[in-house]
Amino acid sequence: MEYFNTHLLSLILFTPAIAALIMLFLPSNNQLQRWFAFSASLIPFIMTLVLWNQFDPNTAGFQFEEKYAWYEAIHSSFHVGVDGISLSMVLLTTFLTPLAILASFSVSDRVKPYMMLFLFLETGMLGVFMALDLLIFFVFWEIGLVPMYFLINQWGSANRNYASLKFMIYTMGGSLGLLLAVQLLGVLFGTFDLVALYQQWNSLSADTILLGMPIHTVKTIAFWAFAIAFAVKVPLWPFHTWLPDAHTEAPTAGSMILAGVLLKLGAYGFIRLVLPLYPVEAKIFAGALAVLAVGAIVFGAFGSFGQTDFKRLVAYSSVNHMGFVVLGIAAAGLAAGTPDAHIAMSGAVLQMFNHGLSAAGMFFLVGVIYERTHTRNLDDFGGLFPLVPVYGGILIFTSMASLGLPGLNGFVSEFMIVRGSYQPLTIYTAISMLGLLFTGAYILKGVKKVLHGPMNEHWAHGEHKLTEINLREILVMAPLMALMLFTGVWPMWILDIINKAVTALF
Amino acid sequence: MSTELIIWLLPLPPALAFFLIVLFTNKSKALSHTIAVGAAFLSWLGAMVVFFRAVGVEHLVEHPFASSINWLPTGETYLKIGVLIDPLSATVLFFVAWTVLMIFLYSVGYHNFGQPAGDHDHAGLPPHGATVHGHTVPSVEPMYSRFFAFIGLFAFGMFTLVVSDNVLTMFVGWEIMGLCSYLLIGFWYGKESARNAAIKAFMTTRVGDVFMLLGIAFLYSVTGSLSFHDIFREEVLHALASVPSGVFGLSAAGLIGLLLFIGTVGKSAQFPLHVWLPDAMEGPTPVSAMIHAATMVSAGVYAVIRMFPIISLDEKTMTIVAFIGAFTALFAATIAVAQNDIKRVLAYSTISQLGFMIAALGIHAYVAATFHLVTHAFFKALLFLGSGSVIHGMEHGVLHTGNHKVDPQDMFNMGGLKDKMPKTFWTFLIGGFALSGFPLVTAGFWSKDEILADAWAHGHTAVFFTLAIAAFLTAFYTMRQITLTFFGEPRTEEARHAHETPWTMTTPLIVLSVFAVGFGWVGMPHWITGGLVENWFHHFVGSMLHEHSEELAFNIVPLATSLIVALGGLAAGYFVYRNVDSPEQDKLQIPVLKNKWYVDELYNIIFIKPAVWFSEVFVSKWMDKGFIDGILHIFGPTTGGIGSAIRNYFDLPIINQLLGDGSAEVTWWFGKNLRPIQTGRIQQYLILSLILLFVVGGLLYFLLMA
Repeated sequence: MEYFNTHLLSLILFTPAIAALIMLFLPSNNQLQRWFAFSASLIPFIMTLVLWNQFDPNTAGFQFEEKYAWYEAIHSSFHVGVDGISLSMVLLTTFLTPLAILASFSVSDRVKPYMMLFLFLETGMLGVFMALDLLIFFVFWEIGLVPMYFLINQWGSANRNYASLKFMIYTMGGSLGLLLAVQLLGVLFGTFDLVALYQQWNSLSADTILLGMPIHTVKTIAFWAFAIAFAVKVPLWPFHTWLPDAHTEAPTAGSMILAGVLLKLGAYGFIRLVLPLYPVEAKIFAGALAVLAVGAIVFGAFGSFGQTDFKRLVAYSSVNHMGFVVLGIAAAGLAAGTPDAHIAMSGAVLQMFNHGLSAAGMFFLVGVIYERTHTRNLDDFGGLFPLVPVYGGILIFTSMASLGLPGLNGFVSEFMIVRGSYQPLTIYTAISMLGLLFTGAYILKGVKKVLHGPMNEHWAHGEHKLTEINLREILVMAPLMALMLFTGVWPMWILDIINKAVTALF
Repeated sequence: MSTELIIWLLPLPPALAFFLIVLFTNKSKALSHTIAVGAAFLSWLGAMVVFFRAVGVEHLVEHPFASSINWLPTGETYLKIGVLIDPLSATVLFFVAWTVLMIFLYSVGYHNFGQPAGDHDHAGLPPHGATVHGHTVPSVEPMYSRFFAFIGLFAFGMFTLVVSDNVLTMFVGWEIMGLCSYLLIGFWYGKESARNAAIKAFMTTRVGDVFMLLGIAFLYSVTGSLSFHDIFREEVLHALASVPSGVFGLSAAGLIGLLLFIGTVGKSAQFPLHVWLPDAMEGPTPVSAMIHAATMVSAGVYAVIRMFPIISLDEKTMTIVAFIGAFTALFAATIAVAQNDIKRVLAYSTISQLGFMIAALGIHAYVAATFHLVTHAFFKALLFLGSGSVIHGMEHGVLHTGNHKVDPQDMFNMGGLKDKMPKTFWTFLIGGFALSGFPLVTAGFWSKDEILADAWAHGHTAVFFTLAIAAFLTAFYTMRQITLTFFGEPRTEEARHAHETPWTMTTPLIVLSVFAVGFGWVGMPHWITGGLVENWFHHFVGSMLHEHSEELAFNIVPLATSLIVALGGLAAGYFVYRNVDSPEQDKLQIPVLKNKWYVDELYNIIFIKPAVWFSEVFVSKWMDKGFIDGILHIFGPTTGGIGSAIRNYFDLPIINQLLGDGSAEVTWWFGKNLRPIQTGRIQQYLILSLILLFVVGGLLYFLLMA
């Protein structure tokens, strides 16, 4: 028990990977593989609940820290720990992974490698959220790409080669600058430890000369190296075009995780690395960041509204929603130390969590209908509501959460971001309202094009008969929906922890 | 139970009903409507208890029923949410609870409970009737339970809005109603028109909502709180009035007020965001009554009344409010005159009447606006439900004749219904007279007269005359409607076979008609009662204002105007339409009025089409696929190009050919050319060795000796 408590993070982190390795030796029975993977992914979730329970929100700084020697020659150590911000992301990851695996039970092509990749993916993502060492952060950051690349490339739909390559190359290309900047910091201070770097990097005096350049220039370059890597991942406008392609081609559960968790890695990078390491630059370039964020919000909404493919529509909605996260982060960077910053940043973190729920739900629902009809073209649907009333109700509910309807989760976080950004970034916030308006337009377009209209005869009879959402699928959606509603009504359960961490940090 | 606890619990039964019906009882129609009506009854009961306890409190404004809890952690502090019943919310709660309960009850009959399932009905379309023993009879709504679930959620939204003690939960209730109106307008989603109307309603009101959200964010940023108690404190208001906002020369209060007001423009369908409301008639009639009378549109006006302390701080904002209100009142009335659909007339009438209230607020007539809000809610709910009853009766006729081409909502297909549907007729007449402001006996007269009196007394002549003309038109189109529908001879076979509706529909009509008359009496001015009865309403609601406004002295001009426009309009409506039998004989079917001043067409050209083009072509095709991906796709070929350039111009010629193949060739050349000397003859080797020996020996000799 003692061991369990002191190694909780490592246990959560590596259980999925170990389970994946065990799967190698299991007999190739699809049903067995599925249930094994599902049960294995529940273990980190349960451990996260224990973690959540034992976490003390009133203590500032990181908790459950573990530190082991890792790469002594360059002074990198395996250092993990969580605060309120990363804890909520860990919860999101361990919560969504079992659901994504459950959603994948309908996959019957090469089940073993598929499930193994999912479990590896989970370890990769968790590693990023837990890492307190820059190099470890980077390692996990890149590790996460590999399983996702294969999931899209091997289990994706028609255009999967293009999409998976674009996803992989774009993210890696974006990370090049990050790697260099990470090296710079590591070489400069002889450590990659984040907690130490926060301190030392910011205490450099302003007239230091580095690499023949004044420190301000170096920091500016490094800031943008970090920012672009994360901007690609979030994704911010105009780095977003990999996302609709990757989403559209990925298998359903792949999209769930991609939208639900992977995009959060980018935003998390901003929060964990960019703002604490570059408070001055974050203030200077808040406007630029806000431009990209507002671009994502507005063009994401318009882009979504302009789609005819259901999944692309949902994919663009992620651009729109993640834009709000970065708007909040930009505002927090600009107004650091004020209540505005705390509200904006808490809103941003909550928005990450909320978008994780609603985007995963939306992608799953697209998958449900795609699996039955083998089309995603919105013009092929319409009038499905009488055929699948339960599915319809669930779709409307989830759409409304995505739209930010008050009473459901998305509203709380969007409201906080708008409130927090209003004072520091008034004009940007005002323009982002245009995106918020069109969020309504594309959501309603989706609902209208899929559900509404006279009963669709094509899908009503014979071999095309559309079947209602089944119990397993409802079980995937039920926890998501319950959490959306609960967070909308009583956001305190998670916001309290986030807010305390944010207040202590920014 | 403590009053505060009742207020907390008050909105919950309908929400609970929503979840119960959706999750469990949706298969059983009887169980579903029992739960929904029961929930509405519980909320009504709670509301009545709260209302009468509130009336009994001596200084309710200073000691309102209030309670709040921490909801949202914001840095070091919390955003609190809670409930508040003061004179204003108590008044609104009163009419909301009554109308909601009546509408719930009415829905049971309206959706043909107890009738057989239709022959060809399916979800998404209105019922088409069932054949029983060779007769066609009305059939029950296929999505009966769903309807009750939705209106339950709707009622929850409205109650939440009313009992809120802060702007945020008010906005929450506001938006939940927005969702429900979307779901209910699009209730018969199989109809293309309903599908589009639902989206139009949601999007148009959302335009207002995003402005309102900005206003809330601004308000919250400046004051650090959203609860009415905090933001309406004297020093906060003073600060808001003195801080400039930097936009249009408005003060912070002015800008916040304006942003919040735009929210109301959307929700209460004021010009230029009025376009959604007439289309919203696509929903079932009880929904029209819910949205257009009892709850949603009233919520918009309620919000302005609630935020009045802030909005009224800046005269510029107030001028805009007054202008929008007065203009809308007249503008919508002109359209109503030329409509033939019984519900559309009422829809435009609603827009116009809401304009009266907004205009009243714009000229600081706080009490008059509130009074008109309440009376209007009663008589407009009555009129909508009455029109639903008429339509229901007409549908009966349509089923009887089997001619489905006859539109049961077109007033020119009606006529003479007063004998067929007496209860509906008499109650509709009461509602119509109240709307027209029939002198002395109806509630509408007292409230409208108070607005006109206020406008006159405070020198807002332009507003006064605009509203007077609008009031004349109101009386005129109302009487036109009554004449065409109920008087004369039936103009179609269907109207001849129309038939009174069941008790579940007529009872609400009777109850509401009592209020349509009686509620006016609580606000009768001093001059008529001679001080025998105090003007209770003015006293109660007027206490909300910081500087208590004095009741107006008697003035003959507004009173005479009220009398003339009401009676004149009614008379004109009756005499002009007494003998009109078809739209061709109707002189007022002017295209520009009929087509609602072409506002829809205009919006389509300047907003909707460009937005669609911008999304589908500019953003999706040009920017993302063309420009951004275009740039990305340059990377592929560029990298490939660099790769093949290195291969073709360096690797292949220099490394492979020159160094790799070159060294092999050189070796090979040597090998080939040296081969002739490898003959295998020992004599030749010896001679060669000898020659080499001499050459080497000679060279060594010369080099070493020299």
